[in-house]
Amino acid sequence: MNPLRYLPCLVFLLTAAPGLAQVDAFAFENDEQQQRFRTLSNEFRCPMCQNANLTGSTGGVAEDLRREIHRMILAGNTDAEIEQFMFERYGDFIFYLPRLRADTVLLWFGPLLFLLLGGYIGWRIFRQASGNQQAASNIELDPAEQERLRRLLDDE
Amino acid sequence: MNKFIFYAPIAAFLVLAIVLWRGLYLDPTELPSVLIDKPMPTFAMATLEGEPVGNVDLPDSIFLLNVWGSYCLPCLVEHPTFMRLSEEGEFPVVGVNYRDRQPLALDWLDLNGDPFAYSILDEDGRFGIDLGVYGAPETFLVDSDGVIRYRHVGVLEENVWREVFLPAIAELRGAPAAPASR
Amino acid sequence: MIPELGQFSLILAFCLSILLGVMPLAGAATGNRLWMSMGRPLGAGLFVFLGICLFILGHAFVTDDFSVRVVAAQSNTLLPMQYKVTALWGGHEGSFLLWTFMLSGWILAVGMFSKSMPVEFVARVLGVLGLLSASYILFMLATSNPFDRMVPVPPADGADLNTALQDIGFILHPPTLYMGYVGYSVVFAFAIAALLSGRLDAAWARWSRPWANVAWAILTIGIALGSWWAYYELGWGGWWAWDPVENPPLITWLFGTALIHSLAVTEKRRVFKSWTVLLAILAFAGSLLGTFITRSGLLTSVHAFASDPSRGVFILAILGVFVGGALLLYAIRAPLIKSEFGFGSLSREIFLLSNNVILVVAAASVFLGTLFPMFYQALTGDLISIGPPYFNIIFVPLMILLVILLGIGPISRWKKTSGDYLKQQLGKVAMASLLLGVALPLIVLLDISIPATIAVALAVWIVLGIGRDLLAKTANKPSRREGLRSLTYGYYGMQGAHFGVAVMLVGVALTSYFSSERSVLLQTGDTVELGGYEFLFAGSERVAGPNYNADRATVLVTRDGDGDAVADLYPELRVYLASGTPSTEMAIDPSLWRDLFVTPGEIRDNGAWTMTVYVKPFVRWIWLGAIIMALSATIAATDRRYRKLARVRKQAEETAGEKVGQGELQPVPGGGT
Repeated sequence: MNPLRYLPCLVFLLTAAPGLAQVDAFAFENDEQQQRFRTLSNEFRCPMCQNANLTGSTGGVAEDLRREIHRMILAGNTDAEIEQFMFERYGDFIFYLPRLRADTVLLWFGPLLFLLLGGYIGWRIFRQASGNQQAASNIELDPAEQERLRRLLDDE
Repeated sequence: MNKFIFYAPIAAFLVLAIVLWRGLYLDPTELPSVLIDKPMPTFAMATLEGEPVGNVDLPDSIFLLNVWGSYCLPCLVEHPTFMRLSEEGEFPVVGVNYRDRQPLALDWLDLNGDPFAYSILDEDGRFGIDLGVYGAPETFLVDSDGVIRYRHVGVLEENVWREVFLPAIAELRGAPAAPASR
Repeated sequence: MIPELGQFSLILAFCLSILLGVMPLAGAATGNRLWMSMGRPLGAGLFVFLGICLFILGHAFVTDDFSVRVVAAQSNTLLPMQYKVTALWGGHEGSFLLWTFMLSGWILAVGMFSKSMPVEFVARVLGVLGLLSASYILFMLATSNPFDRMVPVPPADGADLNTALQDIGFILHPPTLYMGYVGYSVVFAFAIAALLSGRLDAAWARWSRPWANVAWAILTIGIALGSWWAYYELGWGGWWAWDPVENPPLITWLFGTALIHSLAVTEKRRVFKSWTVLLAILAFAGSLLGTFITRSGLLTSVHAFASDPSRGVFILAILGVFVGGALLLYAIRAPLIKSEFGFGSLSREIFLLSNNVILVVAAASVFLGTLFPMFYQALTGDLISIGPPYFNIIFVPLMILLVILLGIGPISRWKKTSGDYLKQQLGKVAMASLLLGVALPLIVLLDISIPATIAVALAVWIVLGIGRDLLAKTANKPSRREGLRSLTYGYYGMQGAHFGVAVMLVGVALTSYFSSERSVLLQTGDTVELGGYEFLFAGSERVAGPNYNADRATVLVTRDGDGDAVADLYPELRVYLASGTPSTEMAIDPSLWRDLFVTPGEIRDNGAWTMTVYVKPFVRWIWLGAIIMALSATIAATDRRYRKLARVRKQAEETAGEKVGQGELQPVPGGGT
């Protein structure tokens, strides 16, 4: 929807060191490593491009970081170690999936809160309507009005 | 009581509007460094000239670490600031030649002048990762204990030097905690 | 001189919009028929003058009048003609003019298709829209005048249109998105008019429905176009990135979807009234918020519109006045609205209510995730990123729940449905869905994955549910054909849109879980094998485009095994002459079942290319589903009853404007499409 987000990367390319690859042909020992690489590259945010993950980014740092991930996977590092490596250098900004901490509780449990709130509002609407059911039952029994309603909303 | 629930949406909206208004004056592109108040990462690299260089070779005084590259146009803009600093000699400037090619970098220094005590050669950007670099230019303020105190992203103009770096340096010198932590 | 005419025309448009915002509303308040009747001509005038503005700005772009600031900033003499025209909406000022012009287009449409509604109601609707246009035009005049001149005229050939925008996707996407966005202003104006008059009844819902449907259809297409554009322009096959600027349209869309369903209940069953009107306000708020985020630089953006806090403050003020005012009006008027009928705990109302709750919770969660980094920075000073992994965790379960209910809702009955009836209707459908969910991906793609199984099962659930419902609805008719003919456009629209959801679901799931990719370094003559295809790098050549030079690679794709030629692909690495900006052009071989996709990386010193090749099964189904949804919503908007009521209305002209007491059970005048 917004290729413009890649603008900083494009601009960077202009000034980037010449001849350095922007697409890497990384070799792995097995598919599992390949898959881990892809997942990790998708979960880290390119620090210099304003909003792109490492996979989708052409920036220089992104390329270096992909290379580091590749190196660390081959060296036998776990995903947690790689995440820690990134965190020590780039902080929370690097994670597209924010960690659950005291200061992100609202983020993680907000949707649940919304669901409870939504459920409560829905329940209220239902209760209010069913309260009307008794009150309105007389009206519904009036055949003339029924007929008029039917004529008005004549479909279905 | 029941009536007041219909005021909930506008109440929520007003809170949101205030937050949005406040948000307008924040800069989401200002990325703080994680390395502030952390020691310089350990390194054993080579300079542009091929000399081995490591943590022990760093100046023992307050110094600047400037990430630069010959391809980087903004680096040329801030270059005079570093030339001036190097002439005055009060604050040594160590360069990190980031994601560049050695011959291109040497040519660039020949052409524009070399303000750096030495430049650490970081062709593949690996040292840059340890420094948490986003892209050249960036400038770190490191104290006499080799602890990173401030990081500036982008062109270091004279006014940034005056308004940000000099006060930060004054604070470092004035702070009694600095010598104590040695 | 000509741009000054545009400026003058804009000022005239401002005066007209002020009149439009004041006279009909004042007329409706005092009962002055003359003032009320001024709405339509004023709206038409506004449309004409904003049209002139747009034409003049377009003229400046086409004739390379670089004395106009936005032309100098966004166009270039070398730019091909079609992009000179579209460069008009490549920047903040021009695109806002387009936005305002579209609002006047909607105003014109409301004036034309509202003949059957009470004069007073139409006057209020047009008045609200007039006030909205006035605030937009004031915003332009105050902070973002598209006709600003540069003195002295810069000697250069203009900067350039961002290269990513030199593309068919950009020609289509923003206008469509704006058109949909702005359509929600109409729905909003209807809601405000109803709140002002205190007549929040089935008639209001009926009048709003076609507009809500059309706005929704256009917004759906707008979002889909954006997704398609991102897919082929960005080069890594992503079709949705949960970007802060992508999310507001989605939030609006989610509210809009809830609104469509809620309006149906309000019209047919006269319940959820205050809830429905709140949704109309929220959908509009979502559209304004989208503008705000895109144009204020509030979030790490992303869209190139230069950020300027004064603009942000102005749009926030518009947001505050209109949404704040509407919510205040709502708080005062809504307690007076009463639902008239009850419904059972197992009824179509309940399913639609759940649909609304889920959609609104989804919208609120996306909103939270989008703005949380800003809250976080405001409170802690630190930056945090929230991206696709977070949104997927929150959004996907909600959508699964929604789709499960989607299968039940249309089959259930108003007021009360027995559980046994649902079980009898849907028991076998559920079993079949599970079976096919496992079997279909296995048969088609020879692969298995639990998420894909769930998604396909859900899609089958929708489709078989539609089939079951069609059978049930036509069962009592003399023949199936007659039965099918007796169903309304509204019904077909609904089921069509649901079918579109199923199609999109299949596309999303299969693309996400069965796509494959490889990044490789290729010398001329090298091949790479992927997903049953062989990609041969046959060489490259230099080509010159109208405003760029490019290296073009030739990649020949053949099927593995038999070696049949499948496609010739020509990815390019371009450098644009005006700005020197490099750009990669992917090459795609699209088909209904899979896309083959080559992204060029760079050329090494020895002439070798780095490339990434992708095979993306069923990716087209995502946009196909969106098209089906949009078409269906349009079909529903043309339902007979909107037109028929217009006729009925004409016959009983005298009762026009007569106030029908809320909740009275008498034929409501009007119905407009």
